[in-house]
Amino acid sequence: MRSPREPLFLARQSYRRRRVEDAARLLPLLGVVLFLLPLMVGGAIGNVRLAFVFSSWFFLILFAMLLARHLGRDSEQQSTGPQSKPVRPSEDPAGTR
Amino acid sequence: MLTFNTLVGVCFLYVIMLFLVAFVADKRARRSKVRFLSSPMIYTLSLSVYCTAWTFYGAVGYAARSGLEFVTIYLGPTLVMIGWWWFLRKLVRVGRSQRVTSIADLVSSRYGKSNLLGVLVTLIAVIGTTPYIALQLQSVTLSFAVFARDRSAGWVIPDLEQTAIWVAGGLALFTILFGTRNLDVNERHHGVVTAIAVEAVVKLVALMAVGIFVVWGIGGGAQGISAAMNEAIQAAPEGAWSLQGGRWVGLTFLSAAAFLTLPRMFQVLVVENVDERQLATASWAFPLYLFLMSLFVIPIAVVGLAILPKGENPDLFVLTLPLYFERDGLAMLAFLGGFSSATSMVIVASIALATMVSNHIIMPLWLSTRLGVDASEYRDARQILLSARRLSIVGILALGYFYYRISGGGAALAAIGLISFAGVAQVLPAMAGGLFWRGASRSGAVAGLITGFVIWAYTLFLPSFGEAGVMSASMLADGPWGIAALRPQALFGVDGLDPVVHALFWSLILNCSVFVSVSLLSFPSPLERLQAAQFVNVLDQSGPARGRSFNAATSEDLLVMAQEIMGSDQAQAWFQAQAEQQGKQGYLPDTTPDFIGRLERELSGLVGTATAHAMIGQILGGTTVSVDDLLAVADETQQMLEQTSQLEAKQLELTTTARQLSEVNEKLTQLSIQKDAFLSQISHELRTPMTSIRAFSEILRDGGANDPEAAARHASIIHDESVRLTRLLDDLLDLSVLENGQVQLYPRREVMRDVLDRAIAATSSVIDQEKMHIHRNRSDEGVALYTDTDRLAQVFINLISNAAKYCDAKDKRLAIRVRQRGGRLQVDFVDNGSGVPLESQSMIFEKFSRLSDQAAAGGAGLGLAICREIMDKLDGSITYLPGQSGAAFRVTLPIGTQSPFGRTWPSDINHL
Repeated sequence: MRSPREPLFLARQSYRRRRVEDAARLLPLLGVVLFLLPLMVGGAIGNVRLAFVFSSWFFLILFAMLLARHLGRDSEQQSTGPQSKPVRPSEDPAGTR
Repeated sequence: MLTFNTLVGVCFLYVIMLFLVAFVADKRARRSKVRFLSSPMIYTLSLSVYCTAWTFYGAVGYAARSGLEFVTIYLGPTLVMIGWWWFLRKLVRVGRSQRVTSIADLVSSRYGKSNLLGVLVTLIAVIGTTPYIALQLQSVTLSFAVFARDRSAGWVIPDLEQTAIWVAGGLALFTILFGTRNLDVNERHHGVVTAIAVEAVVKLVALMAVGIFVVWGIGGGAQGISAAMNEAIQAAPEGAWSLQGGRWVGLTFLSAAAFLTLPRMFQVLVVENVDERQLATASWAFPLYLFLMSLFVIPIAVVGLAILPKGENPDLFVLTLPLYFERDGLAMLAFLGGFSSATSMVIVASIALATMVSNHIIMPLWLSTRLGVDASEYRDARQILLSARRLSIVGILALGYFYYRISGGGAALAAIGLISFAGVAQVLPAMAGGLFWRGASRSGAVAGLITGFVIWAYTLFLPSFGEAGVMSASMLADGPWGIAALRPQALFGVDGLDPVVHALFWSLILNCSVFVSVSLLSFPSPLERLQAAQFVNVLDQSGPARGRSFNAATSEDLLVMAQEIMGSDQAQAWFQAQAEQQGKQGYLPDTTPDFIGRLERELSGLVGTATAHAMIGQILGGTTVSVDDLLAVADETQQMLEQTSQLEAKQLELTTTARQLSEVNEKLTQLSIQKDAFLSQISHELRTPMTSIRAFSEILRDGGANDPEAAARHASIIHDESVRLTRLLDDLLDLSVLENGQVQLYPRREVMRDVLDRAIAATSSVIDQEKMHIHRNRSDEGVALYTDTDRLAQVFINLISNAAKYCDAKDKRLAIRVRQRGGRLQVDFVDNGSGVPLESQSMIFEKFSRLSDQAAAGGAGLGLAICREIMDKLDGSITYLPGQSGAAFRVTLPIGTQSPFGRTWPSDINHL
């Protein structure tokens, strides 16, 4: 439920962000499809299917990382928590960014 | 050589290190140096409590038995994490904005702060988690036993039960020390979380070290593993390594559901979350962690199957493989990994459960013994709360230990992992429904939870004790009282499914349907609806909307109570900050609804929503305006809004009426002006002939005209003038009769040609006088009419004589054309004069309008006005036709709709 005053068309940047959000919503769906594919082949698990499950898993993780970088950057500005002081990269001792 | 003492010693050192880590982290957190602690990586690592000893040791065993299927336990959480934008983000946002302390608190808070739901979820969580804790104790004791068995020569064989009791005791101590050390308003435990993060690293490093050793140390690299796998597939019983669709999908879903609803997962995911950035990082980092954790599971399993002697427990391959190759250091590391997995799970689970038990069971009981007391009675609340937590932790661990003792630590316990998952997954419908569906109601949630829980217990939990347990063999095989449809593992005749999938299917399907249908049928209480709106719309709203108002100043009482629960320093600081926000000095802010709302949220971070609500309700007592009252106010507002809109509509109506009135008024004014103008005009018109009549009659009276010839001339002038006067009066009378609608029409049948003939005959004198030629096409004029033809002829006479009088051409001609157009008859009178100038065209049908001063023409200027009135009466019209060669008038008449007996179509009449 968005506020009715939201404009119908968005600037390029906001538009891009919306599409990143869409991608983030669709990613688990892609995951479901990928993880269901091994079922389409019968018989015992061979090397190929093993490799498929693990590589598609890894691919999903990579994709999620790309999306999270975009989304996390924005939600940092929006974050409402009382302790959510944004951490500047240079001050981040864990070096997580 | 690894001795038991070394093992215990290392274990002890490791625990001491954990204590230190937790201690330092707690200390840093107290000094508000939380930057490092709230970093996304710590958060991600803390999520690894998902990987318990069951997954650390058990995954390999699982893979050894059924191949790739073990991976479903990790795929579910992966899907949940990468879909964080969709679900977790909302969950975490709700958790933060509502200060949720546990999953029971979330559900209770969503459904109108209902403590019944809190108790229900707590019970499900305790029943689902206790066996799981027992499983962890078992895994730790088993791993001790592995060392003991292999080295029994030099070892004192440890008493397994004693090991378990030592482990449980140690865990209780750690949890109490760091889990209940302080009552934090956010229910966050920095020390514990950091220790868990360290353990997560140990787990990962240990498993990967064993994996690397297995693959490249003894397994012969990728090729060797591949060969070993083929061998294992061949050796395995038929179908063990094939993917079973039902289990694959079912277990993936189950692990995803459990990932969200397990109390310990909720604790680290939602309660310990500090900001959304953590979630963004964890969305890929935690799946990566799971990925790495499962990467070497299959290699370890297949190599273990190939190398180790038959009959070796595959669940312990992670330990036995390094021991088999006498890699004591690696074995030690693996042992620590397993130990970490078990301890971190037990610590977080017991904290989460203790919070739930103390907030939803102990505190409400304690509160109910103190009904109607003032704030000073809360003096010992904080102490009681802490004691409740500690007692709960001890109680839960004791429960786990006794479960372990009673169940005997057999294979039944090993299967408990999935059973436990399925139990807590019953909370999912109420939780997800509460987050996304405003219509989800308390009754629906209660009914759904009970249904799901009962079915889970009947189809999965009770049968899991085996035939010796609650259910007899005959009951499992034939159903209770021989009713086959109620067989616990083939409910309603569905017997083609794996027991876990079967139970999951039925419990969740029935849970959801009961939840949805009861929600659809019930009507939620006002508080529920308020909470529902806040939960579902959490991503849209900036601040919570709530309201209450208070008459009495109870701020001090609230402070007294808050001090007891939050601790005096914290409470005073918080109250001061609130007062400052209101622009006041000191510690006592006004008890505005906003302030009460925030205080309640603050307290609910400590004691749970339902309890906080009840406590504040007790303090405020009768001065509290209930939500029902609020809703009543809202209703009134709604009514007022409706009234306003009604008023607006009425106003609009009135405006329209007023506009119409003013238009009518304007018309009336114009009419009045017209009337005045008409009167002055008419008096002028009457006066002119009267003046000459008077003058000439005076001459005659005074004998001024002795000459009989002059007298006759004078008399004739008087006569002419009086004729003109009479005519004027006739016209006026005619017009007024027509205008008032009093005119009587005498319709009759006549052909147009005859009407025109009559009109021309009547005007023959003026035509002859003016020498005007009339052009007609007599063949067109054979149209039969049914109308008042005398009146029509009057119009024609007027038009013809006008043409004769006013046409300014030298050689006057008048064309009369008769035509039929679309059921109407048009009669055009077009002369060859200069016509009527454009600006006068609109005026010529007005009374007394004359275009020139040719008064000689003798008209009063009423002719065309009369024509227009007549044509109106005859349902026709007369218009000036611009753009012709001269002045042109068009008379339009309806034909075919004249009267019942004159109702004939022109085509027929043409032949008459």
